[in-house]
Amino acid sequence: MPEVVIRTSGLTKVYQETKVPVKALGGVDLEIREGEFTAVVGPSGSGKSTLLHIIGGLDYPTQGQVEVGGHHLNELNDRELIDFRLEHIGFVFQAFNLIPVLTAKENVEFIMLLQKLPAKEREARAVQLLQEVGLGDRMHNRPSELSGGQQQRVAVARALASRPQFILADEPTANLDSKAAANLLNMMAEMNQREKATFIFSTHDQRVIEKARRVITLEDGVIVSDVTKA
Amino acid sequence: MYLLLAWRNIWRNRRRTLITLASVAFAVFFSCMMQSMHTAAWGNLIDNAVRFYTGYIQVHQQGYWNDKTLDNSFENQPALQKKIAGSPHIVTVVPRLESFALASGTDRTKGTLVIGIEPEKEDGLTNLRNKMRGGSYLKTGEKKVLLAEGLAHFLKLSPKDTLVLISQGYHGSNAAGKYEIAGIVKFPSPQLNDQVVYLPLAEAQWLYDTGNRITSLSLLVDDPEQVEAITESLQQELNATQFEVMSWQEMMPELVQSFEIDRLGGEIILFILYAVIGFGIFGTFLMMTAERRYEMGVMIAIGMSRLKLQAVMFLEIIMLALGGTLLGVLLSLPVIFYLHYNPIPVTGNLAELYQNYGMEPVIPFSRKATIFLRQAYIVAIITSVLGIYPIWFIQRLIPVTALRN
Ligand SMILES: Nc1ncnc2c1ncn2[C@@H]1O[C@H](COP(=O)(O)OP(=O)(O)O)[C@@H](O)[C@H]1O
Ligand SMILES: [Mg+2]
Repeated sequence: MPEVVIRTSGLTKVYQETKVPVKALGGVDLEIREGEFTAVVGPSGSGKSTLLHIIGGLDYPTQGQVEVGGHHLNELNDRELIDFRLEHIGFVFQAFNLIPVLTAKENVEFIMLLQKLPAKEREARAVQLLQEVGLGDRMHNRPSELSGGQQQRVAVARALASRPQFILADEPTANLDSKAAANLLNMMAEMNQREKATFIFSTHDQRVIEKARRVITLEDGVIVSDVTKA
Repeated sequence: MYLLLAWRNIWRNRRRTLITLASVAFAVFFSCMMQSMHTAAWGNLIDNAVRFYTGYIQVHQQGYWNDKTLDNSFENQPALQKKIAGSPHIVTVVPRLESFALASGTDRTKGTLVIGIEPEKEDGLTNLRNKMRGGSYLKTGEKKVLLAEGLAHFLKLSPKDTLVLISQGYHGSNAAGKYEIAGIVKFPSPQLNDQVVYLPLAEAQWLYDTGNRITSLSLLVDDPEQVEAITESLQQELNATQFEVMSWQEMMPELVQSFEIDRLGGEIILFILYAVIGFGIFGTFLMMTAERRYEMGVMIAIGMSRLKLQAVMFLEIIMLALGGTLLGVLLSLPVIFYLHYNPIPVTGNLAELYQNYGMEPVIPFSRKATIFLRQAYIVAIITSVLGIYPIWFIQRLIPVTALRN
């Protein structure tokens, strides 16, 4: 069995900024093994984004521990978290993932530039990844010239470009029609195999959930079911 | 790629960028024009005022300035003149002997200002020869005088007529002389035009019985901006108990004061202008950051350090500021150069006023590099200060919050 690479224990998140404090996560204990392709599902407001943000080092838990790829995220400061995200996490958000003034290829190259990879390598990998996500002919288009589904594919290519150990996708299909959503999920599943990255994506779209091997269901910030297909 | 990113970011909102560039350019253009005019006008005015009579610096017997009598005159030693002429930045040394006399023509008499000059040196400082309006210029050794036009008119005298001067000489001796009028000079200023008589220095010294004495040495310098420093070093070189060395600023304090008032007025206008432009730039910065909040949230989320993002933003700011400044300077350069060589003529009362002060009736323009550099400094300072806002905005941007939109 592959080793556990993500481990949370008693993960709690309370948003204090509002008049009435909101408990977004209420003690989440979770283990995820290397190479898994996991869906986090649940209704809107159940805490999916909050969980992914904390695992991805974008936010701190109010209580509890989070260990990702051997890093204790509670102990990292803002700068260290940015470095952690750059090296270990590939993010795909719901929409508008891309830098609007850069082309598809430049967007994919950009994250490797942040990693200070040499230009040749950046270029080669960007081209290869865009071909793999089926956008070999749209590389020089800007995001505004791409469809929603195409934009999300570029976002996946970018997330993979930095060779992260984890890909975290927060409702990546929320703005896509069902065909584009299915395509994206198939592609992500394929990438999961090819790039050996551990994928976690959140969704409340029943058709997409079926693509996942493991489905974790959240309700009001707690895990109500955790099913792994045979 | 960061540069590319900054460049493309600027052109995301073409209209806003053009408006920002144009407003910076306008401010720079306007201030360049204003400063160019101010610098040139005052440079001219001061040069005129100084060349009109006093010179940039004068050397007198200690105490002469407060009590302008022949008793406060001093020996015109060649060694002293040589020493002063040999000092750095000094171009011309012009000796004069000044006093008063009653001048008579055929039937009228008037109090006059008598100035003993070395004709050629005097012309070098005040261009006296150009002010001739009839007759011929003075020659050293001649027993002749130059009469100011208004005075000649009052005394009803013209060249070749005889002028009689009566006065009191050095240490109370009697002074009287008869002189042929060599020529008439016209001064724009009525005071001078109605009372000046020039005669060769030696004749004046003979008339007043002063021997080799003079009342002042007027100096012309090659760099008007250094006058104070030159004055100071000359005073140190010359015996302070015997001589007083005065700059034009000390001799014409009213001129300095008007200059300061005018300069301050100009600075206030520029300040208001730049404040307005500054608000405009700040508005642009506000929009540049606000509309990119989400996107910057994504960038920090995927691992772009705040410092790099700030650097990109700063590049954009520099491009805007530099572009606007360059545009403004490029616009003003040809205009200022053209106006420098083809100054705008003034007409009417103003022209008369100019002429009274001995100036050409034109609005001159200076093309000194410092004028343009100064605008660049000002814009650089304003944008760096305003640029703190986007930098600070990025520093405290929380990606999760930005992404929640
Ligand atoms: N910054 C915040 N301030 C206050 N409440 C928040 C904030 N972010 C999320 N929440 C609340 O936390 C709960 C969980 O939100 P979220 O993690 O976005 O759920 P999901 O992604 O499943 O829709 C919701 O009730 C939401 O309103
Ligand atoms: Mg969500």
